[in-house]
Amino acid sequence: MAKVKEKAIEGFLICCSLITVLTTLGIILVLATETIAFFREVSVIEFFTGTEWTPLFANKKFGILPLVCGTLLTTSIAIAVALPLGLTIAIYLNEYAHQKFTAIVKPLLEILAAVPTVVYGFFALTFVTPFLQSFIPDLSGFNALSAGLVMGVMIIPYISSLSEDALRAVPKSLREAAYGMGSTKLQTAFRVMVPAASSGIVVSVILAISRAIGETMIVAVAAGQEPKFTFNPLTSIETITTYIVQVSMGDVPQNSLEYRTIFSAGMALFIFTFLLNNISFFIKKKFQQRYE
Amino acid sequence: MSRSQINKIKNLAFKFFAIGCTSVGLIVLLVLLYVVISQGFSRIDSDFITNLPSRMASKSGIYTALLGMVWILILTVCISFPVGVGAGIYLEEYGKKNRFANFIEVNISNLAGVPSIIYGILGLELFGRFLGFGNSILTGSLTLSLLILPLIIVSTREAIKAVPKSLREASYGLGATKWQTVWNVVLPSAFGGIMTGLILAVSRAIGETAPLIVIGALVYVPFAPTSPLDEFTVLPIQIFNWVTRPQAGFVTNAAAAIIILLTFTFMMNGIAVIIRNRFNKKTKF
Repeated sequence: MAKVKEKAIEGFLICCSLITVLTTLGIILVLATETIAFFREVSVIEFFTGTEWTPLFANKKFGILPLVCGTLLTTSIAIAVALPLGLTIAIYLNEYAHQKFTAIVKPLLEILAAVPTVVYGFFALTFVTPFLQSFIPDLSGFNALSAGLVMGVMIIPYISSLSEDALRAVPKSLREAAYGMGSTKLQTAFRVMVPAASSGIVVSVILAISRAIGETMIVAVAAGQEPKFTFNPLTSIETITTYIVQVSMGDVPQNSLEYRTIFSAGMALFIFTFLLNNISFFIKKKFQQRYE
Repeated sequence: MSRSQINKIKNLAFKFFAIGCTSVGLIVLLVLLYVVISQGFSRIDSDFITNLPSRMASKSGIYTALLGMVWILILTVCISFPVGVGAGIYLEEYGKKNRFANFIEVNISNLAGVPSIIYGILGLELFGRFLGFGNSILTGSLTLSLLILPLIIVSTREAIKAVPKSLREASYGLGATKWQTVWNVVLPSAFGGIMTGLILAVSRAIGETAPLIVIGALVYVPFAPTSPLDEFTVLPIQIFNWVTRPQAGFVTNAAAAIIILLTFTFMMNGIAVIIRNRFNKKTKF
């Protein structure tokens, strides 16, 4: 009897883990079936090369490049903020700061990642944009710049925490050897520690990029809803995620072509992030065990 | 100036630059809190908490959003907690070295990186349309449960991993079966870590907006939900709705609702930290 119970419990536990596999399958299946239905009506070539995205207008055009462009624009701005800040913070906390200081500052910085993203959207729209407009009069009310900047601050802890972990995993002997040669802390940090921890740092940056690409509420609130094939950060743009929100909020009838566009856009988003996540996973498995 | 002096100056310059960088994040956080509190704090009163949403900003309240949040919170915990902990136990205690467990591990780290809005698309099709739950609380909680499942599994595994082997061996030595060992020895020791992970995951869930918009959580719900199959709204969606309106009064409302939302988020994170610290002190193996 006890054996049957043991087996039953193990079976239940296996089912629990299988749910995660079913989730992945479900995502792929849902996106794929609707995307295939979408491509029955829209040419694949137009989708990947067209520079106009107007599925909700009378004259429908289905080129996804403007949405991809908007997504890359906000992501680049965010990474341009988060990478230098996050990496510098990681180096500072690991090489310079007192342990007690690190113990206080690290959780405080992690609050940045715990704040709901709709709050950042509010902040970007009602504070950062008017603030920037006092320097840049051309800045429109909705723009990629303030959304990207705020998103950059949000993902600082992703880069700083993971990079700090990577730096901390570097054996002490390397640092001591550098000091022994008369290096300053700065030289030790950039010529010894960062190169030694590079795989972990790269992983943190890739994960941050993936996070920025999938980020929705900041851009939906502050970056606008105008798909444009431009890299000008001062104008209103639209990202893939914002488009999905825009369609979900509207009265688009189910099973229509307009409705299916959110699945094809979602598929593009999923593929981007899936590739990035797997690259980071691969780097982690392959390079991170060198010092163990 | 000698080379070593130049290097020392560079070193000092970097130190100040780094302190500046560290402050940037914290300053932004402070400015954000100041902006929100200065705009919204005076708006919070008992009417704001108990009023239904309205077309007039000054009469709108967050009653339905708060109730929706409580419903979502309870259902999401009920669904995701047993499944997440179960999967964590399986991966850490049962299928440690086999290929199936390895595959699931890769899969979970992948799921953790899937954008939340994609979960919304899955929920819309699978729970909303295929299972026919529509845009109900049930669809919302199922969707959010899938979203936070990877977080719960990972924190459960970490907590279980921290339980020393000697405890398990002592239990086996007394003749306990595998499950008896897990239930009576491993889980009680790992409880603090598991709860910390659960609270952090739930705090993430109550701040999520995008997946709930995609499944069609209504923006205007004139009644309080009474069953899991009712339509609903939650605080983040109410905030999003108010932010996107042009009238100034709604921006004030949004700021006030943000104060309430942030209070919940910070409280949960605080509780998680307290549990973690207390647990770390109590159990020294």
